[in-house]
Amino acid sequence: MALPKPHEADLVVIGAGPAGAAAALAASRAGLSVVLLDEAASPGGQVYRAPPAGLSVSPGKRGPDDDAGDALRAGIAASSVVWRGSARVWSVSGAFRVDAVTPSGNESFFAPRLVAATGAHERLVPFPGWTKPGVIGLAAATILLKSQGMIPGRRSVVAGCGPLLAAVAAKIVVAGGAVAAVVDLSGPGDWLRALPGLARRPDLLRQGLGWALKLGAARVPVLFRHGVVAVEGAEACERVVAAPVDTEGRPRGGSLRGFEADALAIGHGLVPGAEITKLLRARHHFDPAAGGWTPVRDAFGRCSVAGLYAVGDGAAVAGAEPARLSGQLAGLAAAHDAGRIPLEAFEREAASVRAGLARMSAFAGAVGRLMRPRPAMVEAIAPETVICRCEDVTRSEIETAIAEGARDINQLKHFTRCGMGPCQGRMCGETAAGLLALQVGSREEVGYWTGRPPLRPVPLADLLGRFDYGDIPVPTPAPL
Amino acid sequence: MTALRFAGGFERGATVTFHVDGAAVRAHSGETLAAALLAAGVVALRRSPRDGAPRGAYCFMGVCQECVVRVDGALRQSCQVAVVDGLSVELRGAV
Ligand SMILES: Cc1cc2nc3c(=O)[nH]c(=O)nc-3n(C[C@H](O)[C@H](O)[C@H](O)COP(=O)(O)OP(=O)(O)OC[C@H]3O[C@@H](n4cnc5c(N)ncnc54)[C@H](O)[C@@H]3O)c2cc1C
Ligand code: FES
Repeated sequence: MALPKPHEADLVVIGAGPAGAAAALAASRAGLSVVLLDEAASPGGQVYRAPPAGLSVSPGKRGPDDDAGDALRAGIAASSVVWRGSARVWSVSGAFRVDAVTPSGNESFFAPRLVAATGAHERLVPFPGWTKPGVIGLAAATILLKSQGMIPGRRSVVAGCGPLLAAVAAKIVVAGGAVAAVVDLSGPGDWLRALPGLARRPDLLRQGLGWALKLGAARVPVLFRHGVVAVEGAEACERVVAAPVDTEGRPRGGSLRGFEADALAIGHGLVPGAEITKLLRARHHFDPAAGGWTPVRDAFGRCSVAGLYAVGDGAAVAGAEPARLSGQLAGLAAAHDAGRIPLEAFEREAASVRAGLARMSAFAGAVGRLMRPRPAMVEAIAPETVICRCEDVTRSEIETAIAEGARDINQLKHFTRCGMGPCQGRMCGETAAGLLALQVGSREEVGYWTGRPPLRPVPLADLLGRFDYGDIPVPTPAPL
Repeated sequence: MTALRFAGGFERGATVTFHVDGAAVRAHSGETLAAALLAAGVVALRRSPRDGAPRGAYCFMGVCQECVVRVDGALRQSCQVAVVDGLSVELRGAV
């Protein structure tokens, strides 16, 4: 039976990655009743994603992320947090009502406070051939490797920027796969400059150096300061072409390098989703260092909408450990705001978390710089390149719409249908906004898509769930 | 593109059989449909609406919608569906 069942709590947390899990635990320890929702079957988020039931990493092969993930899941299980997995949130309204599709149909949750911890998605600046089957996101490759135990292809090129590059390439090599090349937008100098920041997480730095050594030992060619300029193949990826780029990722001439490969894993950084804060019309500002549009927040994650907190990479891209700490702060703040933690205790507990977060800021800054948006790459996109995958809208069509007077991203959507497809602009939004910004002057003027439900497409059958007509309450008709 | 299952270091669930346009495909319980299709070498899942260009799974996290196929008659994101015995997948028409 699947009629909406209302659940009430002091706090609803959406997203059970390191940020949301920490928020839920901190608030529940302080005495709040907490519901934690995630569309995944178990907590962990992107970085600590658990393989689904039936699959598992063999005992001898487990890495630090597997252990951290198990610790996170054990923490939630041992707490009084009400965990609801396989719950895809599609609507958030009022202050606050959260609707989620669960295996038993739609369920509604009500709470006066809400933590949004829904994570980031990947940026990819389009190039000819990027829509061909066989081209996948770099973050997508981590999902295949971590939770499915699969290597993306028989021969892969791994390309883009940031720490995931080495991670994905090394994991493929360790699993016995072939990496044709690593194509890195950054140069050795960029990595050297990032070192002091990355060294704030010595464990991760060591891990990164280990990956680099593995790639060296496997003699994988690493092309620094190169970008992918084309993917060729009739029906799928067969060949990946790379070219030298300047410091901003713009092709700068020079010899092309081609690699036979049936898979390309490529990503140009992460974009904070900020979906729930946009939906609830919180104030946002554009911050390239945080990955893009980010909700305006105080030090505890409080947004401009009362009772709303935003944490983790979904608010500002900073990495797993800063995400955890920002979540913990918001959980404490929610409990304090609800009158459950007296000011003095709140300030004492928060101070040590804030100190930890401050120590991480150099790390987050270094990661952010490696993965920053590069407007020059957007400027260099060839006119016939598809920008919007859902609606096959090309750059030249977008330029036509701009010439005809589209001045902000929502006008552009109406002129071109770019952003109207089923992905709701998540794949093309950054590029479309970047193109428009080249003409109107800034990303601030361009704005962002107006958030609307559903947050994610949901099949109508799932909303209704399975029900018996006999269970539907029918009021007795009034006597005639 | 054919995804390769790790040769070792990863435990898999029982073998399951599902059908793609009538042809039997074997996979392991716990795998997502998108991953199982890739491992079977099925990389093009659909055609884009305007250009009719081939498309395949891209984000594996439920965002891009490129992996949508017909599963037991209903349109589903294959990266969000777990394979089970007897599942029937239709690409015909979509590809
Ligand atoms: C695909 C991907 C792979 C990544 N892999 C790595 C990696 O291997 N190593 C690394 O260090 N960093 C990785 N990252 C970076 C990652 O953003 C951070 O390391 C860290 O996971 C951020 O934590 P978080 O809690 O802010 O968000 P996340 O860990 O992303 O957690 C957000 C959670 O919210 C859930 N969610 C989102 N929207 C909804 C909704 N509408 N309804 C219900 N639930 C929802 C998601 O299912 C997810 O579990 C990856 C990022 C992405 C996007
Ligand atoms: S691969 Fe992107 S939604 Fe499934």
